[in-house]
Amino acid sequence: MKKLIFFLLVVSSFNSTAQKFIVEKSFVSFYSHAAIEDITAENKNANSIFNSETGEVVFSIPVKEFKFAKALMEEHFNEKYMESEKFPKATFQGKVTGFKKDVTGAQEVKAQGKLLVHGVTKEVEIPGTLEVVGGKIKLQSKFIIKLADYNVTLPQLMWQNIAEQVDVTLEFTYKPYEK
Amino acid sequence: MKNSLATFLILAASAAYGQDNLMDMLEKETAPTTDYISQTFKGTRLVNGQTIETKGKGEMEFIFAHRFGPLNSGAYELFGLDQAYVRLGLEYGITDKLGVGFGRNSVDKTMDGYMRYKILRQSKGAANMPVTVTAFANAAIRMSPKKEDATYSITTEDRMSYTSQLLIARKFTQSFSLQLMPTFVHKNTVDSNVENNDTFLVGAGGRVKVSRSISLTSEYYYRVGIDEANPYHNAMGFGVDIETGGHVFQLVMSNSRGLTERSFLTETTGQFFDGDIHLGFNVTRTFQVVKRK
Repeated sequence: MKKLIFFLLVVSSFNSTAQKFIVEKSFVSFYSHAAIEDITAENKNANSIFNSETGEVVFSIPVKEFKFAKALMEEHFNEKYMESEKFPKATFQGKVTGFKKDVTGAQEVKAQGKLLVHGVTKEVEIPGTLEVVGGKIKLQSKFIIKLADYNVTLPQLMWQNIAEQVDVTLEFTYKPYEK
Repeated sequence: MKNSLATFLILAASAAYGQDNLMDMLEKETAPTTDYISQTFKGTRLVNGQTIETKGKGEMEFIFAHRFGPLNSGAYELFGLDQAYVRLGLEYGITDKLGVGFGRNSVDKTMDGYMRYKILRQSKGAANMPVTVTAFANAAIRMSPKKEDATYSITTEDRMSYTSQLLIARKFTQSFSLQLMPTFVHKNTVDSNVENNDTFLVGAGGRVKVSRSISLTSEYYYRVGIDEANPYHNAMGFGVDIETGGHVFQLVMSNSRGLTERSFLTETTGQFFDGDIHLGFNVTRTFQVVKRK
């Protein structure tokens, strides 16, 4: 009996690491469409772990790593809107539903959980696709963030430059997490 | 039975442990990053003098600065508003750390060219650095007086002056930054009865942010070891910075009218507390002339 327990423990711990996937490559971008100018920024330094067994997923995006075409935009984004020295990370902690490991091709899934942006946590549902390709998992997701939901306020003078909501795109490629 | 219950509990506990700590696991797996502190000051000028700030790569800043006459010049001069001293300037970011600029000031018809380089950047996280340090150097030429009007046979060398500064700043909080500026000014030709060719100065300044787009600034330059005969005063100034998009408006009060280093650092004629206060403004507009990607 004791041997069996030991065996179970070993197997279960082995299993739990084998089901976890960590980001190998990440790409996060956002796009804001407004009267005067369209603004895009890209970030390649996000990190994420996905547990294919339980569906749990977490990701963390360093806000300062968003790169803009204009240096001044980047400065204002960090200093005035995101206050990235005070709130350095945007994170998500949630659970994916609708993912089947043995299905080939892209699968429509949904992730429900807590999105933390600019120090404000909101319960959200994010749509996306997951695809298993040669032992790796690819995640793609597009969703909208309303700036007001996260207490990101725009000065009156800037409303024509910055939209009230931005389109966020996530592209993560996961590899098995081993430790 | 007891054994299997124990097994179940252990398994359940380990599973729960795994769930709660996926975020912790992510934190551990993410390499620590270095957070560089930005926007210690709103612009490249504190009041009259320079800040540690450099323009971003490919950014061009147009600086229009203006000082009125002294407040105490009376109603006849409309408290200084009848006179105006202007400096027009451009500054360009070759890299995020290296900038070049030039300008022309109407005071003594001075043209100046300069370079600045950010040597250290304040940061926290993986790499900790308490201050940002920028080196600044300029050369300026006075076009006034004209050769035929000069009291002696003036040469181009006589018209030149040079300034070197080490700007050391720390952003203590989101809204409070301080800067120290050890400075050296060399003037090729001076009236040796009243002043030396070389002047050492120690400057200090700071800013307090009062809202997201408005901050208050001040600066003071102390000239070290100045003779009794020297008729000039230490430069000081106060300002209000207002930022709107690509513009920064700085409304300033200072006892200097000059806008190049030589004139405000070593040839300030006004005494602030006697009412020799020049109102003025610096208006900057930043353009991204070369896209970053």
